[in-house]
Amino acid sequence: MSELLEVKNLSVSFFTPAGEVQAVRDVSFSLRAGEVLAVVGESGCGKSVLCKSIMKLLPQTSKIKSGSITVNGADITAYRERDMHKLRGKLFSMVFQDPMTALNPTMSIGAQIGEAVRVHQPRLSGPALRERVAELMTLVGIQNPKERMALYPYNFSGGMRQRSVMAIALAGNPSILFADEPTTALDVTVQAQILDLLRDLQQRLGTATVFVTHDLGVVARVADRVAVMYAGKIVETGTAEEIFYDPRHPYTWGLLRALPALNRGRDSLYTIPGMPPSLLHPPAGDAFACRNAYALAIDYEEEPPMFPITDTHYAATWLLDKRAPAIEPPVGGGGYV
Amino acid sequence: MSEEILLDVRHLTHVFPLTKKIAVKAVDDVSFQLRRGEIFGLVGESGSGKSTAARCVMNIYRPYGGSILYKGIDTCDPRAFRANRRMLQTTRQLIFQDSNSSLNQRMTVCDIISEPLKLQKITPPRGSLRAEAEFQMYYVGLDAGCLDKYPAELSGGQRQRVAIARALAMEPELLVADEPVASLDVSIQAQIVNLFKHLQQEHGFSFLFIAHDLAMVEFLCDRVGVMYRGRLVETAPTAELFAHPRHPYTQALLSAIPVPDPRRERNRRLLEFHGESLSLAGALAEVSPQHFVLQEEA
Repeated sequence: MSELLEVKNLSVSFFTPAGEVQAVRDVSFSLRAGEVLAVVGESGCGKSVLCKSIMKLLPQTSKIKSGSITVNGADITAYRERDMHKLRGKLFSMVFQDPMTALNPTMSIGAQIGEAVRVHQPRLSGPALRERVAELMTLVGIQNPKERMALYPYNFSGGMRQRSVMAIALAGNPSILFADEPTTALDVTVQAQILDLLRDLQQRLGTATVFVTHDLGVVARVADRVAVMYAGKIVETGTAEEIFYDPRHPYTWGLLRALPALNRGRDSLYTIPGMPPSLLHPPAGDAFACRNAYALAIDYEEEPPMFPITDTHYAATWLLDKRAPAIEPPVGGGGYV
Repeated sequence: MSEEILLDVRHLTHVFPLTKKIAVKAVDDVSFQLRRGEIFGLVGESGSGKSTAARCVMNIYRPYGGSILYKGIDTCDPRAFRANRRMLQTTRQLIFQDSNSSLNQRMTVCDIISEPLKLQKITPPRGSLRAEAEFQMYYVGLDAGCLDKYPAELSGGQRQRVAIARALAMEPELLVADEPVASLDVSIQAQIVNLFKHLQQEHGFSFLFIAHDLAMVEFLCDRVGVMYRGRLVETAPTAELFAHPRHPYTQALLSAIPVPDPRRERNRRLLEFHGESLSLAGALAEVSPQHFVLQEEA
């Protein structure tokens, strides 16, 4: 598999009246064709900003400070809006969290999907366009597309709306799909269906997916690889098996331990103490140190580098340094539930 | 947990008229009981009528049929309600899902928490309204430094705590929480759920907890009722329900809980559930002690 998307040392900042907010700090990752990468972290840790900065959908107040974004071997870091316009939808597209605000309430579903199709194939019209819209709706699992085309978003349930949004995102046959918390607004049964749909689309169309979520629980079903983000940095990355069975970073431990499935029979759920730091003035050293029960003295002074564990598994914590004391991880090793 | 029944919902039915001819039966013949000091979870997909049931319990909607007995008083009867208005309004409190819209953006935290006391003209037992607000803040684990802040300055978890503090200011006996953690991060969800558990165990509050996240329900609730298309299809103590789900909808719902284990999760098949074939007529029958399942009528 070749590298489809490669992000190197990306830093994104917002310039606000209060000062510079470093939303993404020195992030590097790569995405191969047909792969699902899950980006996990608490709110405000820069997951959405990372996706939007790759698609260049950020407001004027933000700026890519350093780093490079390479797609299919072409460096798009310096692309202007006109060039990006040609890429969006064809090369990558995005599914947002809330399907109700992503859809236009005054247009029928068929018209909205058709609009997206015509952006990429302007010549298509009439029955051919209807055919393509029906094909897209069938693809995302909406039955009887011919009848449902004329319906409006308010006629649809939350799950059906999210499927329609995905049909719009897939209209230009993108090679990369960014899914920004696509299941957060949905309930459990529908969430499971949408996750299966994502997995199914990725296998049938070979679309690479970046799946952004705050819930590690839903990641296990869809993700090939997982990147855990904290305070604008990727603190641990590895295959899904490595992250769930052999997590190394204390923050990943915290996220896993907060899941109710791993607290069965206990009196209270584990919580990560404290709050994520403000990115206006990120603390010196490891940003997670003040919430970390396993913090070493050096965590408060120097930022840990990415320590390799295997070829695919990296974690940024001083606990992996050979001088660090050996610590028994509180979670991991499989055999859950 | 005592045997005293705090809330008794009997054959509750609520209908929303759409046009003159078409009406939606949002809640259809739902009966359950909540004992004092118990957390009763109401789960189901969106649109199954759980929020409508909660709003009927809180007298926000006037039920179309059935009765709701709170401490033996029929809250749906206007005369009984007027006679006990003060007690009913102070001892039952509601916590909403979206703390962003349920708190007034133009009031400080201190004003928000003490407003119920002002409205009910209660003399603050701790001297001043501010001292009262401070006490409630401490109760839900917030710093007194937040008192003069506005909701917009707080994080999602802090705002939800303010909403809980406002509900607790009246020293209620029954708290109705309508999806209180659905819009929060996993780590914040854990904090709020721990707070609920603490309030129940240490202070004996009773909860009607509405959620669609079954993993949280399993952790928090003593008994669970499963709703589907306005009907209560199964109700049982939590451990019993999760170990032996009987109704096909409950089984499908339980199979949808994500498991944090990639190898098992990928090979797991979800149970399909097609509700169209169910008539949902019939009555609840006890299959084992305390475990009731809706029986299909042939």
